Parts: sequence; structure tokens; C-alpha cells
Amino acid sequence: MDALLQGDAAKNTRTLLRAIILLTIAGAAISSRLFSVIRFESIIHEFDPWFNFRATKYLVQHGFEPFWNWFDDRTWHPLGRVTGGTLYPGLMVTSGVIYHFLRLISLPVDIRNICVLLAPGFSGLTAYATYLLTSEMSTSPSAGLLAAAFMGITPGYISRSVAGSYDNEAIAIFLLVYTFYLWIKAVKEGSVMWGALAALFYGYMVSAWGGYVFITNLLPLHAFVLICMGRYSARLYVSYTTWYAIGTLASMQIPFVGFLPIRSSEHMSALGVFGLLQIVGFVEYVRLQLPSKQFQTLLRSLVLLIFLVSLGGLVLLTVSGVIAPWTGRFYSLWDTGYAKIHIPIIASVSEHQPTAWPAFFFDLNFLIWLFPAGVYLCFRTLKDEHVFIVIYAVLSSYFAGVMVRLMLTLTPVVCVAAAMALSQILDIYLLAESPSEGSQSLDSADATKAAAATSLLSDGLRSTTKPIVGVYSYMSKATIVVCSTIYLLIFVAHCTWVTSNAYSSPSVVLASKLPDGSQHIIDDYREAYYWLRQNTPRNAKIMSWWDYGYQIGGMADRPTLVDNNTWNNTHIATVGKAMSSREEVSYPIMRQHEVDYVLVVFGGLLGYSGDDINKFLWMVRIAEGIWPDEVKERDFFTARGEYRIDDEATPTMKNSLMYKMSYYNYNSMFPAGQAQDRVRNSKLPAQGPELSTVEEAFTSENWIIRIYKVKDLDNFGRDHSNAVAFDKGHKKKKAAKRRGPRSLRLE
Amino acid sequence: MPPRKREQTPATSSSSPAKASTTTQAARPSTPSKKTTSSSSSAQQIVDGIWKNYVTKTPQRVKLLDAFMAFLAAVGALQFVYCVIVGNFPFNAFLAGFSSTVGQFVLTASLRMQTNPENRKEFKSISDERAFADFIFGSMLLHFFCVNFIN
Repeated sequence: MDALLQGDAAKNTRTLLRAIILLTIAGAAISSRLFSVIRFESIIHEFDPWFNFRATKYLVQHGFEPFWNWFDDRTWHPLGRVTGGTLYPGLMVTSGVIYHFLRLISLPVDIRNICVLLAPGFSGLTAYATYLLTSEMSTSPSAGLLAAAFMGITPGYISRSVAGSYDNEAIAIFLLVYTFYLWIKAVKEGSVMWGALAALFYGYMVSAWGGYVFITNLLPLHAFVLICMGRYSARLYVSYTTWYAIGTLASMQIPFVGFLPIRSSEHMSALGVFGLLQIVGFVEYVRLQLPSKQFQTLLRSLVLLIFLVSLGGLVLLTVSGVIAPWTGRFYSLWDTGYAKIHIPIIASVSEHQPTAWPAFFFDLNFLIWLFPAGVYLCFRTLKDEHVFIVIYAVLSSYFAGVMVRLMLTLTPVVCVAAAMALSQILDIYLLAESPSEGSQSLDSADATKAAAATSLLSDGLRSTTKPIVGVYSYMSKATIVVCSTIYLLIFVAHCTWVTSNAYSSPSVVLASKLPDGSQHIIDDYREAYYWLRQNTPRNAKIMSWWDYGYQIGGMADRPTLVDNNTWNNTHIATVGKAMSSREEVSYPIMRQHEVDYVLVVFGGLLGYSGDDINKFLWMVRIAEGIWPDEVKERDFFTARGEYRIDDEATPTMKNSLMYKMSYYNYNSMFPAGQAQDRVRNSKLPAQGPELSTVEEAFTSENWIIRIYKVKDLDNFGRDHSNAVAFDKGHKKKKAAKRRGPRSLRLE
Repeated sequence: MPPRKREQTPATSSSSPAKASTTTQAARPSTPSKKTTSSSSSAQQIVDGIWKNYVTKTPQRVKLLDAFMAFLAAVGALQFVYCVIVGNFPFNAFLAGFSSTVGQFVLTASLRMQTNPENRKEFKSISDERAFADFIFGSMLLHFFCVNFIN
């Protein structure tokens, strides 16, 4: 045993063990993300990934140059979208490179499978990057491995990176952690190379995810805090300025980012700290040459003065509008009530809600209570890199509390801090040698005291006869180690359970259990999308709420009016207005936008709660933001302020296009007067709604998706309600005798 | 790059007198400490003293770096003035040019710090040759991005 613990052989053994452990962690990380692929099939989930998938297919088919300049005329119908300039291309380019590399080594894999399995693949790399980062933080050899194991299977990260979740976060978290690792390395070594590499990976991160702003503000904050702590050093200057100079240029290569790094408030902290570091560096240089103390204090006040003046200049530029103010998405993190009042489209996304306590325990299990302990340990040994962890922990905890979605940026630091705490505990209890008698006799005073004590209380307290007790005994060591092991095992079980039950369900197919326990798959979405794909002309425009825009574009391959890239609020409000108005109002809107089909999601028959009637109020709110006098949210509530769909529903609600399309013909499913909406749990009016301007084209098997065709103009120039009334045989009243007031014919 | 290395090795050997100069510098503040800083003339004297010190004590190689940094600052200032006078129409071109000077200035300053013998304890792991190679690597990256950005 001793031969394995000392010398070169031991080193090799440990390296081998480390490699095996890391490979196992990567294997666990990948395999725990494959639940959905094994249970259902290898498809893209959710909404956003469908656009990424479509863009990747475009890139693979047409090459890089066309992709970079891609103008997509099949979204945002009358407007189109300059896709090349409005997306983060890192994800697609990464998949494209992998695709071509696999072709090169003659493994022709379908691009869909690469997209589906990209996130699991990168999760292994994320675990490795976490290992590297933690190894920089802690002297303990086990901390890095623990952190990698935590990061590999934490549900907080798995939730956004299961197989089939082809979203930006799939590679962004790896890049985030790796950039932080390179930055810490650069600060520790003071090396231009590490700083430049950090800048390179920062550029890659910018190309992959909009969350790069987090890095842009975290690194300057770290540098700033170090300066304020009086820890300025040449190393800090070298690493930060290299990172900023190269990283900012690298980030400006992405068309979507463009000139933002010098024109927007989010990036100003980095610029400010860059300027401050120049001043501090120069002053430090001069101070060493200066003979007198007074002058040095004068210089220090000069630094403060310059800093305050530049800060004032920044504020002035922001107020005068040269520098763009915070965008709503970031501003709503500080002013948490802002989005709900001013930008309903941001507040309408479920991921932008504040996080509840159970979510932290659900996503991080026992790491969440080791996390503060780890941060505390960072305070105990406060080196430059520990300051970084402290800042990162505080900031990301706040952000994760404000927004559910930002749990993702919290997860890495929780893993790192918890691993530091746990490895500290294990190191003490596994490795702490009990102090031998020899070491005791070194401090002779103590020894004499002990001797005196034993002579006094020869058969008194056990602690005096056997002074070595407590943590050095096998009992205490065993207790702590067994406890930790149990916690770790529970953690693994919890992660697997959560991943399997909560995060591995594709949103495209809905699974339900039959009474006998067998699985029943509800596949209405794809049924409807494929109906559109096969039975409508290639250029038929589909109008739906923006949630389904990407899926229609990806699966049905038809032009849409609005999609999940909510860059044009007015256009979305137009759709909201068309959905929430009477038919006479919405028909002209649909004609103007050349809409051929309208798609609504209705879960009343199946109890599928994420349907359009439940999202309807957001449509109303967003439309009301633009046309406050035409669409009023108040009109959709009863006099008692209830949102109802039954007999007591308001006339505005009953006449809105959305209501009519959702409940059209729904009564025919039930015996007379017994129609029941299973989401709202209410009986429907006996008399179902009538539609005149659109006609039902397709309804899926479980009535989840209903597609209506917009009628053409009437042949005789009547309006549609009259035409429908005539067809039904409601004869018009004889108007021969009672002519109305004469009006002049103009044509 | 063997020739560069040959240039470098005497440079490192020439840094040993610089090391000697630093020890004298450390002892130096005790000698002119009778200066009072109450009047502007003494400030003038101090600045003069610093300049004299700089000219006499700085090794040749560091002076070369400083001259390059001064040149970069001048070029950057010129570009900025031109942008203020004429306007920033191809903004990306202005940014590329200006940030290349800023970035190169910063990288040179980093090289100056890393090769300064006083900072030995800060940069334990970085030899002078390594610092120079890093400087080249950083500059290559910087200029690749600048050329890409200037269109």
C-alpha cells in the first residue's frame, strides 16, 4: 500500500485514477441525459431549438457564407428576418463543424442526431471544465473531481441540456465555465497567453449565447474588487487588459453584437475598469519613483478624482443617449416590477418568473446547503481566485432568485463551492493524522502541564490521561465519512429521479398513462404540423400565437407571421389583436397580412393546460399595449372580475376570434348541453359559437390543435356574416317597402 | 524563431545591471527626502528628478518599449482627433484602428511589466522569452481580429 502512495508510481497511479474518474463522470453526465431519447425518440424538444435546428440545416446545406448572410423570408411574414444578423451563430457553427468532421472520418451522421446529442456531449466537457476551475481554487486533489461529479449530474444544469434540447445553453455553460477557468489562470499567472485564450473563449461564448453579458460584468467586477481591496498587481493589469483588448474585438465580430460593447450600458463596466486599471497601473509605476509620502497620497486622491470624473462622464453620456440605456431584459433583473408593467412580452414568459425555494432544493439537492459553507471557506483563504468565487456566488444567487431561468448560471458556482466545502471536510476526517507523542513533547510547556495535570488527577478525567481524543479517533472519522457517503449516494439517486421524472419529457409529444399503467402517447402537434406540411400550398401563411412560430417553421415548413424571436412587439400585438377581436375586426387584419390558415391550441378536451385560452390574457395585454382603445383587458372579465368561459363569459370574450375558434363545434362531442372544458373545469354554453370568416380545416385527434382556413372574399361582395346567414337560410326581411335613407352611389 | 531568441538572450543578460539599478532605487528615496512638497517649484524638481532618474536608470530595451508605447499613444490620439474632426462614418474602421493601437499599447505595457526584474516575484512562472512569445501570440490574435473587423 505504501508503495502506491509515494514516489513516481503513486503519481502515475493517481493520474490514471483521475483520468478514469473523469471519464466515468463524463459517461454518467451523458447517459443521464438520454432518458428522453430512449423513452420516446431522437427529436428536438421545446420551441426555441426548432429554429436552431432549422438554421443548422440551412448552414449544412448551403455552406457558411450563405448562412452568414441569410435573409429568412419564411418568418415574420410581411417583414422577413435578417437571420444572419439577429442570431448567435456559435451553436450552429459548432454543430456544422462536428458534422463535417464526422463526414471527414467517413461517419456520415444525420445532422438531426448531431443536434439532438450535442448537449449531452458538451455536458461531459462542462464537467471537465468544472474540474479544471475547481482545481485552480483548492489545494485539495479531491475538490476538482467532486465538483466535476456534481456538475455532471446536477438537475439544475440537466434541465437545460437533455438530449434533444438543442438550445444555446447546451454549449454556453461549457464555454462559461471554461472562460472562467482561463481567466482565473490568467490572473494567477499574470500571463498574456492565458488572458488571450480567455478572450478567445469569451469571443466563442459571445457567439453562442446572449448570457455573455454576465461574463462581461463579472470579470470587471472581480478586477474592481481586487483593486478596492488594495490587491492591485502587475498580474491583474496584464490579465485584465489583455482579456479586454482582445475579447472586446472578438465579441464585436459577431454581427448580432456589433458595436454594443462600446454603445450600451451593459458593457460599460468593463470599459470603465479597463480605464481605471490604466490609471492605477501608471500611478503605481510613478509612485515607486516618487520620493515623498505627501505626493503619493496626492496621487491616490488624483486617481479617485479621475475615476469619479469618468464615472460622471459615463452617466452624462448615458443620460444624453450616446450610450444606450439598459435593455428591458437586463433592466428587469434590477427593477423586478418593470417588465410586468411596461413590457408584458417579457413578463409573459414563464421562465422569467421569480424562483421559489423548493426549486433550489429540487435542482441542487444537498449542494444548496454546502454552497454557503464553501463560500465561507473562500473567505477563510482569501486569495485572488477566491474573491472571484465569492463575487460570482453572491451575484448569481441574486439573479437566480429573480429569474427561474438564471438557475443555470448559479449551478456551476454551487458545484464549485460545495465541492470545496465537502473536500475540506473529507480531507480533515480522512487524512488528519492524530498528533503523535513525539510532536507533543516538542512543546515542552504543554508536556509539563499535562504531566502536572496527570499527577494531580491521576485517575481523574479521561481527557487528561489520554489527551488525544475527538476527531482523531476512528469512530468520528467513520461517522463523518459514512454520512458524507450517504449524502452523496442520495444526491445521485435524487438527480437521477429528478432527471427522469421532471426534465426528460419532450414537449412535442405528450405522454400520459393509461389506467393499466401502459404509456399512451399523444402526438397531436406533429399530426397537425404534418397535415399542414402535406395538404397546404408551400407558401400558405400560418397565423398562430408566437409560441408555436418556430415549431411551425421547423416541422410544418410554412411561413409564419410571428415566432419565438420576439423582436417586433407591434407585429405580435397585431396577431394578439386579431385573436382577441370580433371577426369583423380581425378578418381585415388577416387579409392585410395574407394569412391563409389560423392555428390555435386547445386543451379543453384532454385537460392540457398550456393552451391558448390560458395564454389568451397575455395576447390581450400585449395588444392593449399598442391599441389601448380597441382592445381592453377589462372587457374580458365578468363584472365580478372573473375570467370565465361559460354562460357568464362577457360578450367580448364570446365574440373574440380565439374563443370562437377554440370552442367551435366542441358541443358536438357531448350530449346536448353537457359540453365540459376540462382545463377550466366549467360547463360550456349550450349554444356553441358560430364562425363566418374562417372555416375549420383540420382538428387533430385529441382536439389539441385546430387549424382554420381563412375564407376568401365573398363572390357577391357581401360581408361574411351576411353570406353565412344567407346560406343557412335566414331570409333577409323584405326591404322593398321600407327603404332606408337614400345614399348616393359613387361608382 | 532562433534569431529572436538570440536577440533575447543578451537582453536578459543586460537586465542584470537593471537589477543593480533597482537596488539603488530602493535606497534612493532616503537621499532626496529633504525636499518639501509645499511649493510648485519642488513639484517641478520632483518631475525633473524622475525624468533624470528614468533616463539614467532605465535599461536600453525598456526605453525602446517605452518609445514604441509613446508612438502608439500618439497614433491613437491622431486617429481619435481625426474621428472627432471628420466624423466616424465607417465606424468599424475607426474602431478597428483605434482599438488596435490601444490593444497593442496594453500588450506592450504587459511585456514591459513582465520583463521588469522588479516584478520577478509577481511573475514567477514567466521567463523573459516566454513573455515575449506571449506578446507575439497576443499581438497576432489582436491583429487578426482588427483586420477582420476593418473590412
